[in-house]
Amino acid sequence: MSKQQQKQVPPTPNRRVTLFVTCLADLFRPSVAFACLDLLEEAGCEVVVPTDQTCCGQPAYNSGDREAAIPLAQQVVSLLEPADYVVIPSGSCAGMIAHHYPSLLTGEWRERALEVSAKTYELTVFLQDIVGIPPRSPIKAARTSVTYHDGCAGLRELGIQNQPRQLLKNLCGVEVDELKQSEVCCGFGGTFCAKMPEISAKMVDDKLENALATGATVLTGGDLGCLMNIAGRARRQGKELEVRHVAELLADQRDIPAIGEGQ
Amino acid sequence: MEISSDTFLDNASAALRDTDKAKRRDFIAIATPQIRKAAIDEFEGFDALRKHVKRIRQHSLNNLAHYLEKFEQEAVQNGNRVHFARDGAQLNDIVLDICQQHGAKKVIKGKSMITEETGLNDFLKRGNLDVVETDLGEYIIQLAGEAPSHIVGPALHKSADEIGELFLKNHKLGDREFQETENLVDEARGVLREHFLKGDVGIIGSNALIAENGYSMLVTNEGNGDLCANLPDVLVICTSIDRVLPRAEDATAMLRLLVRSATGQPQTCYTSFYSGPRRDTDIDGPVETHFVLLDNRRSDILTSDYREMLECIRCGACLNHCPIYASVGGHAYGSVYQGPMGSVLTPLLTSLEESSALPNACTTCGRCAEVCPADIPLPDLLRNLRQEENDKKLTSSRWRSGLKLHSWLARHPRLYQWVTGIVIPAMHIIGGSRGRLSRLPMASGWTSQRDFPAPESRTFMQQYKARLRKNHEQ
Repeated sequence: MSKQQQKQVPPTPNRRVTLFVTCLADLFRPSVAFACLDLLEEAGCEVVVPTDQTCCGQPAYNSGDREAAIPLAQQVVSLLEPADYVVIPSGSCAGMIAHHYPSLLTGEWRERALEVSAKTYELTVFLQDIVGIPPRSPIKAARTSVTYHDGCAGLRELGIQNQPRQLLKNLCGVEVDELKQSEVCCGFGGTFCAKMPEISAKMVDDKLENALATGATVLTGGDLGCLMNIAGRARRQGKELEVRHVAELLADQRDIPAIGEGQ
Repeated sequence: MEISSDTFLDNASAALRDTDKAKRRDFIAIATPQIRKAAIDEFEGFDALRKHVKRIRQHSLNNLAHYLEKFEQEAVQNGNRVHFARDGAQLNDIVLDICQQHGAKKVIKGKSMITEETGLNDFLKRGNLDVVETDLGEYIIQLAGEAPSHIVGPALHKSADEIGELFLKNHKLGDREFQETENLVDEARGVLREHFLKGDVGIIGSNALIAENGYSMLVTNEGNGDLCANLPDVLVICTSIDRVLPRAEDATAMLRLLVRSATGQPQTCYTSFYSGPRRDTDIDGPVETHFVLLDNRRSDILTSDYREMLECIRCGACLNHCPIYASVGGHAYGSVYQGPMGSVLTPLLTSLEESSALPNACTTCGRCAEVCPADIPLPDLLRNLRQEENDKKLTSSRWRSGLKLHSWLARHPRLYQWVTGIVIPAMHIIGGSRGRLSRLPMASGWTSQRDFPAPESRTFMQQYKARLRKNHEQ
């Protein structure tokens, strides 16, 4: 195939993707959701964003309030059912929908949840493993050193590890500086960080220490909860670290202030 | 068992301030997972064996009454006496009774979590018995008057210097210095040897009871279990009913998982099978042997949603991989069982009311379940306990109503978006040029330790809907 022909072939066949932006991105970091739109479109997908979406119910579920979590799970299942693919820029929310909904819901709702589960992907998994977003040509120059924080749910429930690193390499030309103890939790844990703040602070301090020890100027990851925790602690401690969601880096959106940074 | 789990947060806070101990814990928390991983990587088929042993454990528990009966039959056939204890108090009574029948003065003990659970040592001491722990870690904490901080390494929290001080204070052996850790071990060996020779009754635990032959299996690295079992005339093996396995090969299969997960060894230095009292042809061994099998709510757990917790083989891997255990140490849990397995087991053996913080001492990071050789879904069990706490209204009413309000609002997308459409821009303005908030009403737990990153101008939904409207107009 000649180069000319290659250009004419769309990178991927048309795929209809429903984007579940997550409540954290909706409320605190809209640029993550916009970055997802750009990336999915770049990958040749047609993106639908249901405007009735709110929260996946994880806070209630993990706090032991199934009664409150179940109707939210049902709401999300109904919302996502029509989709061909569901893409979520968070390992923990994707894990909630793909992994926990089928055990939270029963009967007919469980069947419906299983169907949604089967087509639900975390963003980097979808881009790397499902659509195979092609490397950019020319690759955007690596301008910074980056370390990566693996969110626990993504890592252990969904097996996300290689995908974001490969994407950073292919789309940004960035080789991740790995932080020590990368498989250890950052201390966020949803409501845990507010219920047991002192223990959580010790854990995020360890994470920050390991991140800073890499010498990287940017810490990125796939979960806003972790990133807000890490950025919030870094700001409180006066530590220099640019914290961004991996979608922001992949979509080259570094012009807006990093998480917890001012203008 | 005596617990102080209701003060978990205070205990944790005190532990975090003790920076020397915290550094030690950090070191152990990095080292122990590496040691385990090296052992598992070298041992092909760990996952397959894990599945195999899980099926055996499930089968044993599904037929627990049958296998206990079979074990009892075989053990009695071998000349043992078998006692069943409903609770800790009954186990303590049975053991004291055995000691008194023999006019015992000194009891030597191998490591046994069950007797930690029942508080046997204090009970026997009140019965005027001299009780000496002979596992080095247990011996150290006995000298220090402390509880174990780890189910496998009870004195892991102690530095060599602290142990040296304890020995100088307790062993009347004149002026001396401990140059090397080995010197400490040598001294303990010498002191313990004297105790071994004077023991009237030996008490040990068990890693597995084997139904087909009535044997008990025990692993140790110090050989102290064998000395406790064979030197005194009377041996008492204390364990719980859930330790029973059908066949000897099941026990050894479990062992291959246990030791690698616990200490990263392929095998402990000593693996012993105890059959019963000395036979006429034997040159040594105890004259009389007893099994005391503890229930202490395990029958209740068996019929509950927490049944899988009975499959725990007490390797301690979940403790070694838990970042919360690493942060606060074992004593913060206020229980003889710590870390993830302790946070599940303690409420089940006592009550949720007495230990309501423990199921919350978890970020659901899942590292414990990943390494658990018994494949117990610990984060799920902890979440189920939080569900019970929520249902029993043991959590703060502010939390509960906050979550209810959030869920209710999230079920009304238009209202949710109207409210967040006001709150989020306001937070953005308050964040100002700093881009962060130092204090937030309703989120003091967060802001006590970290800033809250201010939101970017408006919510995504506000911006996205505006974009849709614009596109529509064009």
